[in-house]
Amino acid sequence: MTGKRTMAAALAAGLLAGTAGAANAQSSIKVGVLLPFSGVFGGLGKDQAAALEMGFDDLGREVGGRTIELVKADTESKPAAGLAQVKKLILRDKVDVVVGIISSAVAGAVRDYVHGSKTPLIITNAGNDALTGEKCSPWIVRTSFSNSQINRDMGPWMAGEGYKKAFLMAFDYAAGHQMMDAFKAGFTGAGGVIAGEAYPPLGETKDFGPYLAKAKAADPDVVYVFFAGGPAIKFTKEWAAFGMKDEVQLAGAGWLNSALYVKKQGADAVGTLGALNYYPSIDTPENQAFQAKFREKHGRDASEFGVAAYDTVRLIVDALKATGGKTDDKAALVKAMHDVQFTGPRGPFRIDPQTNNVIQNIYVARIEEMGDSVGAVIKHTFPNVQDPPNGCTL
Amino acid sequence: MLLEPGFLIVQTLNGLQLSMLLFLLSIGLSVVFGMMNFINLAHGTLYMVGAYLALSTVRWFDSFWVALALAPLGVALIGALFYAVLLRHMQRQSPMRQVLVTFGLIFVGFDAVRMVWGVLPHTIPVPETLAGRVYVLGEVYPAYRLFIIAIGLAVLAALYAGLERTRLGAVVRAGVDDRTMVAALGIDVERAFFLVFCLGCWLAGLAGVVSAPVFSIFPGMDMSILILTLIVVVVGGPGSLKGAVIGSLVIGMVDTYGQVVAPEFARVTIYALMAAVLLVRPHGLFPVRRTH
Repeated sequence: MTGKRTMAAALAAGLLAGTAGAANAQSSIKVGVLLPFSGVFGGLGKDQAAALEMGFDDLGREVGGRTIELVKADTESKPAAGLAQVKKLILRDKVDVVVGIISSAVAGAVRDYVHGSKTPLIITNAGNDALTGEKCSPWIVRTSFSNSQINRDMGPWMAGEGYKKAFLMAFDYAAGHQMMDAFKAGFTGAGGVIAGEAYPPLGETKDFGPYLAKAKAADPDVVYVFFAGGPAIKFTKEWAAFGMKDEVQLAGAGWLNSALYVKKQGADAVGTLGALNYYPSIDTPENQAFQAKFREKHGRDASEFGVAAYDTVRLIVDALKATGGKTDDKAALVKAMHDVQFTGPRGPFRIDPQTNNVIQNIYVARIEEMGDSVGAVIKHTFPNVQDPPNGCTL
Repeated sequence: MLLEPGFLIVQTLNGLQLSMLLFLLSIGLSVVFGMMNFINLAHGTLYMVGAYLALSTVRWFDSFWVALALAPLGVALIGALFYAVLLRHMQRQSPMRQVLVTFGLIFVGFDAVRMVWGVLPHTIPVPETLAGRVYVLGEVYPAYRLFIIAIGLAVLAALYAGLERTRLGAVVRAGVDDRTMVAALGIDVERAFFLVFCLGCWLAGLAGVVSAPVFSIFPGMDMSILILTLIVVVVGGPGSLKGAVIGSLVIGMVDTYGQVVAPEFARVTIYALMAAVLLVRPHGLFPVRRTH
């Protein structure tokens, strides 16, 4: 009986709190933060949430007399939970704009609902080409990257460096294929040959050994891969253990040696080439100031994930300043985002009004020894890389 | 590619290594099933717990060898506890109930591991003495993977000797053959079964520890290996050492070669093989001859 009463009281309190929130909605600007705080991408979600908080601390939580309020929701790294949470943010919390989403599967699940609801969504990671290609939406803006944006220019560059025979390896899912296809098109277009490809099933690969044996047998002069997180750490370790490190150049999308774990990979990662939209060693005053602040707060280097979230805060705050803090005209808000331009930690940043994808520099880096640790040293910069519309008509 | 000696050597070693892990896992499951008609689906969970216990032991003692000694014992202890509290009462129940209860244990284990060690994947370093590479017939191969193969072979030899030369081994062989008759002779089959069950758990824990430096440790790592293990038992034929060995070798090799030679069929090859074996030999390749 007491249990039931407590339950009823809790419910009533919850309802009261809910209405209080709704009454408040006119005065504060609500930003829904849709990130995974649990599940496979939980670590990345927390990394981005920390950078978002730091961004609002730095750039201010008030625009036009209205305070900015963050409402966090956990996607659990699952498409179904992500869709339920985005509905909750939009319908119940009545957020003015949603930011976040790590996984392209979650982005795919929420895309149609967000598009129909006409609520601006700023994607801070998920890189599926279609989100700013054939499935683009006037309401969905991306501040991170598209899968092909990262890899497109790497093909011709590697061919120019004298590599002629590439072996490709990535997990068998949309991101894996989009990244490899983008590299392949550029590499073969510049005269390179594909010696072989391997696409292990996502999530089921217990062991890279069999795939490394296949890559070795194809006798390439470069192995180009896309792996991130746990599998990236494992792949790099096995690459060295099988003696491939001394025989073949390893290259790939830069998440293979992300700032989040490159120090953990240590000597095994040395010599690897990567392409990415951000490395902690970018030598600009903007980046150095940002890294110094982040290190002071968190005791480690900020990663590309943190930077994407941090720049997103700047995009939102600058756009809100342009509208004088008004959020009732959502189309005007997105339009204001198209006009925002700044130089952030990763370099020049702006949103392409044709696709809503970010236009940014892509950096080629080599992992090298730095004192008693390892880190990425930038070897080349592709300036202001912009995606073709890919079927997007905005 | 298939005819290149370098590829064949490295890939066969990879296959042997997976086979030996599967052998460590399947032998316990297979003998317990053969003796008592008892199927423990949570066997993979014990493998996962073994890997996690190794992770914690390595963190405390900073030594892989301590983990190798302690973690399997811990898993055996957990197995013994589950047997005493839960599984002992399940033995005479219908197979469906056994399957449901032990299947439920998989989820309990999954969440328990998540609560204690978190969701992020972990690895433990390869022990320094085995971190190097060796040349096998002129091909580079990680020394640690040869160590896994060696462990599997050592366990195989010990089990063979134990089954053929010891009293417990004789009881187990007789129990698999005809349990009622053995009990009628005044032998405590229950006790023998308990010991075999604990040994099976110990071996699953051992498999978890030795695979930890090569595979990543994460909640759910038990599922993919459990399915392979069950297929080994089905293909090899439950209850026999020979069946577990041959089944492990066949599945380990087919899985390792299959995923690179015919990647389009990576998920299908072993299931197709199992179906083919069952069509030709419904009781597996080397089943124990039943007298009742």
